[in-house]
Order: sequence, then structure tokens, then C-alpha cells
Amino acid sequence: MSYPISLTVNGLRRDVTLEDARVTLLDLLRERLALPGTKKGCDRGQCGACTVLIDGRRINSCLTLAVTLDGAEVITIEGLANGDMLHPVQAAFVEQDGFQCGYCTPGQIMSAVGLIAEGHAGTDPERIREGMSGNLCRCAAYHGITRAVSDATRRMAEDKTKASA
Amino acid sequence: MSETLRFGSSSGQPTTRRDGIAKVTGAATFAADNHPDGLLYAVYVPATIARGTVTHLDVTAAKAHPGVVEVLTPDNCPPLPGGPDTKPFRFSFSFEALQDNTVRYANQPIALVLGETFEAATEGAKLLNPQYNALQPRLGLDGTTPFPTNGDGFGKPGTTVHGDPDAGHAAALQAVDVTYETPAQYHNAMETHAIVADWDGDHVTLDLPNQAIVMSCAAYAHHLGIPAENVTIRSPYLGGGFGSKVIINGPQMLAIMAARMTGRPVKLMLRRDQMFGPTGHRGATRQRLRIGIGADHRMTVLDHDSRATTSSFETFVESAANASQGLYASGALRSTHQGVRIDSGTPGPMRAPGEATGSAALECAMDEMAFEAGIDPLEFRLKNYAEREPGTDKPYSSKALRQCYAQGAERFGWAGRPLAPRQMKDADGLLVGWGMGTALFAAPMFAAQARAVLRPDGTGLVETAASDMGQGAWTALAQIAADSLGLPLDRIEFRSGSSDLPDAGVAGGSAHTASAGGALHAAGTDAIRHLADIATKDPASPLFGTGNAGVIARAGRLHASDDDSRSESFADIIARAGGAEVEGKGNVSRSPEAAEAHAMYSHGAVFAEVKVDPDLFQMRVTRLVGAFAAGRIINPRLAESQLMGGMIWGTSFALHEEAKFDARSGRIMNADFAGYHIPVNADVQGLEVITVHEDDPYVNALGIKGVGEIGITGTVGAIGNAIWHATGTRVRRFPIRIQDLLAGS
Ligand code: FES
Ligand code: FES
Repeated sequence: MSYPISLTVNGLRRDVTLEDARVTLLDLLRERLALPGTKKGCDRGQCGACTVLIDGRRINSCLTLAVTLDGAEVITIEGLANGDMLHPVQAAFVEQDGFQCGYCTPGQIMSAVGLIAEGHAGTDPERIREGMSGNLCRCAAYHGITRAVSDATRRMAEDKTKASA
Repeated sequence: MSETLRFGSSSGQPTTRRDGIAKVTGAATFAADNHPDGLLYAVYVPATIARGTVTHLDVTAAKAHPGVVEVLTPDNCPPLPGGPDTKPFRFSFSFEALQDNTVRYANQPIALVLGETFEAATEGAKLLNPQYNALQPRLGLDGTTPFPTNGDGFGKPGTTVHGDPDAGHAAALQAVDVTYETPAQYHNAMETHAIVADWDGDHVTLDLPNQAIVMSCAAYAHHLGIPAENVTIRSPYLGGGFGSKVIINGPQMLAIMAARMTGRPVKLMLRRDQMFGPTGHRGATRQRLRIGIGADHRMTVLDHDSRATTSSFETFVESAANASQGLYASGALRSTHQGVRIDSGTPGPMRAPGEATGSAALECAMDEMAFEAGIDPLEFRLKNYAEREPGTDKPYSSKALRQCYAQGAERFGWAGRPLAPRQMKDADGLLVGWGMGTALFAAPMFAAQARAVLRPDGTGLVETAASDMGQGAWTALAQIAADSLGLPLDRIEFRSGSSDLPDAGVAGGSAHTASAGGALHAAGTDAIRHLADIATKDPASPLFGTGNAGVIARAGRLHASDDDSRSESFADIIARAGGAEVEGKGNVSRSPEAAEAHAMYSHGAVFAEVKVDPDLFQMRVTRLVGAFAAGRIINPRLAESQLMGGMIWGTSFALHEEAKFDARSGRIMNADFAGYHIPVNADVQGLEVITVHEDDPYVNALGIKGVGEIGITGTVGAIGNAIWHATGTRVRRFPIRIQDLLAGS
């Protein structure tokens, strides 16, 4: 049996015919759509390495069956920068050394973008730490991650104020 | 050597990671991100018993599943020309590659399923439904009779005695005799062990995260029965290693064999639960520490015995008791080690192997001794401060530990700490405790090679097969290379992470920056020497006649060292000489004489504050201050991250990590991130790192020690001691759990 779905990934419409209902969004991205930026750390929703945005919300792509995503809008780490212009969260991760090996980083960054959009944490480090605790980092770059999310939040708020002024 | 120390603008700068953009945009290619045409997916089947034999696998059912291409079992697996029990290199351990049907530990590979898709291979693996003849597993520190290890190699610590321990015990006026236990821990790099193997005739290309790239080629070649030059390893990025990606393991070898057998590229990525078995771990330890002191609070004896688990078929034993060598001045010192064979996978080097476990017990025992003696724990350590290496009486190459103690204590606010436990509470009524520990890690250096080329356009190319597993090799090594060539960072091309480059040695022992960096420095220096030779012998050069030693390289120009106005650009010198590239080579190691002359260590002091709920005994580390002296710091931003990462590993050791074995099956019951706890972001607050300035003229030409592992040492003890100080309960096993404090209350 095959399952045709149509979804938008990083702004591009992708028509995919899945030959297999067991395919997760993570494996769809990595193995079938040539988007390996999203990482697999556990394949069971325990680490956050596979975090992407679906319709603006952060989710674990390893726990999401691709067949359920007909019509969905997906954003992955590859779709975040605007050409050579890094997204403020990406820039802040580089500046604040919010990673070491970089393996958890795509998930951390997508999770941070989702967290900032949720608007609950602001620049309060304690709330950021709580809100980012679904994303494990074995290198333990947490100090830098928290600073990066806080910085990016501030910068994005400033940009917004400037834009509306 | 000092005239060759051309330290320019790059080293010492907090440059952001040069691979940073690739890593934040998803462009950095980790092994499993590769996708050659015709790829097959492999899934290995892990044993669900820990000891016995496999009696049946339902190969027919697996093969009948759509998309399953092949099933490898001992019945059809090709033989391995260099058998799995042979030892081609220093880091070789026996592994399992389906050469027979025995099971030696849970999660050992017992079959490999290849599918057109990952989903098909996964389902095929389930359908094999293994049947076993299972034997009772032997587990734990009392699983079998311990055996003494004899100190004859990697992972085989022996007995070290300095002075007369028995006399030291007899002379002691006060003493502690305490036993600490630490559990089995698993590395769990976020990137599981992955591989893409692609054969072309009898040459194989391996996309493989690897901590010893060139050395591993020869080892794989040995096992596969092909020449070393027929193996190419590409390892530009490792998603963490921590020691686990230097050892060859069965599943990755099976993927290579399967690719050869099927004639198609094969990708294998271990599942998270499969990281608890064939890829090494830190064995459990039980350590007895006996410390004696005299009237002046000086130690008369430090006697450290450690027993650690290893596998039934290999010997790698944590060198935990060696942590008591080299640190405190004591009348006598003794370290002894035993191994216990159990039915687990073979342990191996895991971030600060030996030091992490040994320091945890030692620093707690020191705290217990200080309390017995009625003096402050920091004061007790200062009373036993070693000016020369205890036992050997060698001078230290450098040792700024006093400054670490002072600066750490100052920043933390250690002064005024009450000696007795359970004296401090915060505004919410939480029990507050302060503890400290000394950090120590040896500063080795391994053999490494590099090549540097000055190009006709005045830019540089530098090459070495270094491994970046997060410590920042792409950045720190390039900084060293740029300075050695007298070029700005953006005018060198730095090639690394592939086996077709000069051997950068092992990324381990916290020695990679010193070793690979030393080779790059030597190569750059050599290239500049050749260039200077050309310029100073060329009558048309403004540098003519200055003599080779009389020039320095800076910002792409050679300058006369006694007259800065006389200079010429690299490009002009090369152009006039006919436009050929100028090449330099670097080949470094530490001479046995240099290693003999001094004791070489990084040092540090860690101070911890914990808060403990007086009723529920929930524990939180609220502040952690570490001050470290580790020689020349090439990149402070990256070094701080490394040290913080190490300290969080220390927190993890103290409060989180523990693999729990099921006594009946021998399986690890918590083999995933829901059950095997590591710190999350919310566990980390109040973390501060101080790097204390230290010049070391002996350790290597650049004065570099290392920062990768030392952060764990000291930290575990500091937290354990702080918990005692908060609660009055001394827990002598790690991780410290709520129930341990409940039992003690
Ligand atoms: S890979 Fe999805 S949460 Fe770990
Ligand atoms: S940066 Fe290595 S796991 Fe997070």
C-alpha cells in the first residue's frame, strides 16, 4: 500500500508517496528528502535532537508518523536562515558557544525558536532552562544554550520594536 | 626553542567556532548524514541474555519480510581475516562479529539485518525472535573472585607503593578507613555509534566518527585483511566521543563486512539502547581509602585500593586508585587494583578514566579526614600541599594549584564556612551545604604529525587528521597553525578529520591540542624556516644577510627581528624564488627524558553549594565554581565550555548516572534516556569557571596542557561533600539518591 501526502518543508511544497506507513517524519527528512540536518539521538522522544517545527509548534519528529502530516507546514534547521543571514537564535548559539559537538544543536535551536514563539520564558534564565529541558546535551553546553536563548529573545524583541516603530 | 615561539594574534583569542555556522545551520555532516546511492540499511539484533548461546533465529521469517535483503548470522557471516580477538593496536579489545553463537553480555550483536529501508530492516530484526540457552549471569562487584591486575598495559593498572604504608598507618594519630562505590556508567554521546561503509573493489571508505583516525585505518585493515592504505576514514565531526569512539566494536565491523558481502554501501546507526553494551562503559568500582594523619595534620599515609568490574573475556580495569598518586604530600602512598570479571560488555576509557572514579572517592575521604581532624577541608589540603610530586619527588613542570584554591575560594565565598554539618539554611528553609574538591589530571602528549604549506599567493594550507568531537579542534588547532605561519586565521586553509592527512594521534587523554597543535606548530615553524632561508640568501630581498634565526613571521610578512622596517611579504619571496610552494613538516612527541624530568599535570579546585529539602531530600546543586590551571589556553571561550561540560559530567556522576542491571537476565534495565539520567538544562545553574594563568616551559613547546577531562575530577567529591555538609549524612555510593538521605535521616 502507498500513502501519498503533500506537505510544505522549509517553504517548499513536497509531494511524497510513502511506500510504508511506519516512516517517521525524522526518517522522511533524513533518508528520503535529503535533509539530514535534523538529528536522531534516541528515536523515542527522550532527547529532543530531532525537534522541528510543525505549523509553528516544536515537536519531536521521531515520534511523528509522516503519513499524519498531509497539509502540514514543517520547518527544519535547514530552513531557518535567510540565505547567508543566520536566524537570531542561530547567531546567538555561535556567539555564546551554545554547543560543543553540535549534534544536539539543530534540535536545541528549533526548540529555542519554538520556546521564544510560545512567549512564556522571556529572558528569565530559570524559565529558559525549564523550557529547554526537553533537549538533552551530553556535551553539557547548557550554560551557553541558556545565554544564547536569552540573548536571541532580547534581540528578536528589539527587532520587533524597531520594525513596528 | 623560545625563538621559534612565534605566537601571533590568534592563540589566546576567544574566537567563535570555525565550524559554528555549519553546526547551527545543519550543514555539518555527521557520519549517518551520508547517503551514497544504492544504500542498504543495517539493524543489528542485540542479545537479550547476558551469558549463554543462541540456539535459533527465525531467518526465514525475517527474510520473508518485504524489503529485507539479507540476514547475517554466524551461519552465513563471512570469516574475519584478522580475527576479532586479535590486537592490532593499543586500543584493541575483543569484539563480536558473528563468528560463533556465544553470548557474553546483553546487547551483544547476534545477527545483522539488511533492508532497502530502515523500517524494513527494523521489522526484519524483530522477526528473528531469538531463542537461547541461557546461563545465570555473573554481575556486580561480588560477581566473581577478584583478580589482581599487573600494570602491563592500557587498562591494566598495577600496584604503586611509595614509602612504607604500614609504618604510615602505625604512625597515624588519627585515621579514616572508608569504602566508596561508584556504578557502571555509559558514555552515551548524543550521536550514537554510526557508520556508512562503501567498498570500491578492495578499498573501503568509512564515514565513521573516530577519535584516532589514522591509527584506526590500520586496525580496520588488519581485521579486514587488506592493506592499511585501502581504508579511508572520514570523520569531520563527531557527535561526542568521550573515549567511546576510539575502540573498534562489533556492530560497526559487521556493517563493513555486510557492505563487502552485498556489494552495496551500508549504513548502521546504533539505537540508543544499543549504546549500553558493545561500545564500552565505565566499570563499577568499590574503593577502600585509608588515610592517616599526624599531630600536625600532615598525612602519614594515603592507602587506596580499588576493585572494578570488567568483562568475562577482556581486561580493562578502572585505574581508580592511581588518582591518589601525584596529588597530596603523604608520608607513604599505596595504590592497588583488582578486577572482577562479570557478564557485561568490556569497559573502556570514559572521560577521565580512573581519575573520575578515583577522585570521587579520594576527595570525599579527604573531607572525612578533615572533619575527623577538626579542620577546614581546604586548610587540610593546603597542609598536605605537594611542592614536588609525592613519591617520585620529581618537580612539577608547573603547578598553580595554590592560586586555584585561592581564586576559587574567593569567588565562591568559602571563608567562614561552618565546620559542622547541617548548620546552614536558606530563606525557604532548605538545608544548605558547601563542599570542595581538588581537581587533577595528567598532561600527556602523544606522537602527532602535520604538514604546512605556504602558497604562492601568500596564504597557507595546514593539514593534520585531527578529531573534533566538540572540544573545538577545528578552531583551536587552526589558531595554532595560523600563528605558527605568521598568518591571520582567515588566510589559512585548515584540513582535518580525514585519514588521508598526516596522523594527528589520538583525541584522548586531554592531549589532542598539545599533540596535534604541537605538530602543527612544528610544521609551520619548519615552513617559515625554509622561507626565511630563501629570503635571507636572496640578494634581492630586503632581508638578505639577516640570517635564518634573525627573522620573524607576522601577518604574512617576514621581518628582520632587529629591524622591523626590513620586511618582505611571503608572496613576494616565493614569487622571486620561482613561485613554488614552500613546505614544512612537523613530527612531535614527548621525549622520554622530558617525561622523566618533570611531573606534568593540570590542576584545579572545585567548590559546590547544594540545597536539600529537609523533608523530601530533593537535592540541587545551586552553585559550582571551578578554578583550573592548565597551561596555555589557546581559546578561552572553548576551554571554558569544555571545563563547564566536565563539571556538569561531575554533577551527573554525583547525582544522576547509574546503569542498573537486572540480576536475572543481566540486561541493563534503564538503557535509555528516560531511565539513565543525565543532567538536563534545568539541573545546571550557578556554574562558574576561572582559568588561572600558568606558564609551563617543560610540558611541550607551546606550554599546553589539557582541559577536556579535568572538570569531572574534584567536582564529584565537592558535591558529595556539600551534601554531607547540608544534611550530616555521609553517603558513600554514587549517585547519591533521595533514599540514601532518607535512610540517614
Ligand atoms: S530522536 Fe527524537 S527525541 Fe530523541
Ligand atoms: S553539543 Fe554535543 S550533545 Fe549538545
